[in-house]
Amino acid sequence: MKNPHWFAALAGVVRRDILLAARRKSDVLTTLFFFVIVVSLFPLGIGPEMDMLRQIAPGVLWVAALLATMLSLNRLFATDYADGTLEQMGLSAVPLGVLVVGKVFAHWLLSGLPLVLLAPVLGLQFDLAPRALVVLMAALAIGTPVLSLIGAIGAALTLGVRGGGVLVSLLVLPLYIPVLIFGAGAVEADISGLGPAAHLSLLAAILAATAFFGPWATTVALRIALE
Amino acid sequence: MNGMDNRLINWFHFSSPQTFYPLAGKLMPWFAVLAALFGIAGLYLGFFVAPTDAQQGEGYRIIFVHVAASWMSMFLYLVMAFWAALCLGFNTRLSGMMASAVAPTGAMFAFLSLWTGALWGKPMWGTWWVWDARLTSELILLFLYLGYIALQSAIDDPRRADKAGAVLAIVGVINVPIIYFSVKWWNTLHQGASVSLTKSPSMAQTMLWGMLLMALCFWMYAIAVVLQRVRAIILERERHAGWVEHLKEVAK
Amino acid sequence: MLEASHLECQRGEKTLFRDLSFQLDQGVCLMVQGANGSGKTSLLRMVCGLSTPAQGEIRWRGAPIRALAEDYRCELLYCGHAGAVKEDLTALENARIAAALAGQPVDDDEAREALRHLGLKGREDLPARVLSAGQKRRVALSRLLLEKRKLWVLDEPLTALDKAAVAKLCGIIDAHLAQGGMAMLTSHQDLSLAAGRVEYLRLD
Repeated sequence: MKNPHWFAALAGVVRRDILLAARRKSDVLTTLFFFVIVVSLFPLGIGPEMDMLRQIAPGVLWVAALLATMLSLNRLFATDYADGTLEQMGLSAVPLGVLVVGKVFAHWLLSGLPLVLLAPVLGLQFDLAPRALVVLMAALAIGTPVLSLIGAIGAALTLGVRGGGVLVSLLVLPLYIPVLIFGAGAVEADISGLGPAAHLSLLAAILAATAFFGPWATTVALRIALE
Repeated sequence: MNGMDNRLINWFHFSSPQTFYPLAGKLMPWFAVLAALFGIAGLYLGFFVAPTDAQQGEGYRIIFVHVAASWMSMFLYLVMAFWAALCLGFNTRLSGMMASAVAPTGAMFAFLSLWTGALWGKPMWGTWWVWDARLTSELILLFLYLGYIALQSAIDDPRRADKAGAVLAIVGVINVPIIYFSVKWWNTLHQGASVSLTKSPSMAQTMLWGMLLMALCFWMYAIAVVLQRVRAIILERERHAGWVEHLKEVAK
Repeated sequence: MLEASHLECQRGEKTLFRDLSFQLDQGVCLMVQGANGSGKTSLLRMVCGLSTPAQGEIRWRGAPIRALAEDYRCELLYCGHAGAVKEDLTALENARIAAALAGQPVDDDEAREALRHLGLKGREDLPARVLSAGQKRRVALSRLLLEKRKLWVLDEPLTALDKAAVAKLCGIIDAHLAQGGMAMLTSHQDLSLAAGRVEYLRLD
């Protein structure tokens, strides 16, 4: 068999994951509800003074986005691993890295993109200015793919391992810190008038680097898990 | 040419657990002795010889331990990543064992660095903890170590644990500069505590010597402990191999 | 074409088999037999390249499979224990997506034809969740018809299949061998293939 169709395989993986998520909507929706609930916990824990909430808003929204992404990581590879589909991907004529890119992209469409769209609505609860909300969306749009890419490495390393869910958090949260710093920093920079350009470009640089190395590391980790 | 061949052969000769085990056993006591010597010299310089600091009084003396521990925690992460790269690249059992042996010591130094940093900070800044760039980076480094150790202990199969840990260690080592840079950025932008080591007045010669000696002490200690630990790991993993059953510490 | 030399398999602390060598040529079906836990599945996974043997090497057309990577995989088809069938997708979707993921996409008609040949007529559009175990196995086996591969590695393909389906599968394997294909499989049941084309490998 010559010329395995890479693009058809990539599109096939993305379509399949979206189809599966559409047939079992609860996974995606519970992650979004978690995001909303966590964001609401902060004012409840700290107090409703608008001045203070406006100050902590970027950080709170970003931390909640990190935690929500983390929760969604366990379904990235786990079901495929359990029913043998991951094994088949490892045996495909198409390189596993290509299929991993497809899976991570689908994960972002299902977990990251909804966060990007939902965050501004929650940002209104913290009285963020419209321009800050736009910066927030931009930062999340650049940052959430990075979260999916790095998260995929953690999910692949912990496949089938005891205590998988919490263990992934331990592994992946320290690696998320730069994204958190620059992402929240972008919104804060906009609020304080410094302009978010520097932060957003650093985020974009991190995205470029992660898009390059992440799938490769994930593939290595998956092969280790498949042995 | 002959000399080079001999050295090449010798290198690979020790890359099997069976041959490395006795070598590690012979080397360990020497490093332990060196650690003790450097340690005594460093502590003496640090606590008795170095002059009282004009601004910080006597409390600053803990930085001898703090700085050396920070250096070691970062250095050991690089060492761990080195062995991890060998484990993935050459697929040798011993490289994986060495990486696992280094991690707990590295984590210990990171913890020691944080703790001594707090002891230094209390008289200096009035609080037990300050979110300055270096301490925060050190904290994140400790998290990276703990993540590695947690991953290894969660995976039952030792070969898979070694390889998975190796991937994590390499991903971590690439991220460490990025994390450090981002934390520095975060700290300066928020004008957090700017009191750090580099801003303190120029140190007297003796203080620098003291830190260097403590760093050497910790390095020798780390090597001794890692050698001892890797021997324990070898015994545990290879316990069904013939050569282990004939060792005098194992034979009944 | 497929050569294995001095393979050693370790699971945990036990050595399952040691110094195992065999050859597989075109038109031959190699039946791997052995008691439960003797390493049959491990051997098949080694042949696929999923796991690395502790010792020994496997070669395809003379080159080690490690080095060939995708070039080997594009000639290989593996049907493992787990069916690789998604419960939430229909039989038809499962067949088409499996083919696409393997790099050889097929259209609706081809997929329906294959499913019908395996006795799933009228059930192609049902979600796999409502199919019986035997029917799910048939969906998994539809790949044999849809993907044109030289080497088939099948782990217990007869599980849950009734007599008619077993006969059908034997027919499919026969046709494959007649066209110069090869197969390596494990099974507790006996396969009735055309005589002279089956070889046996015992692991214990």
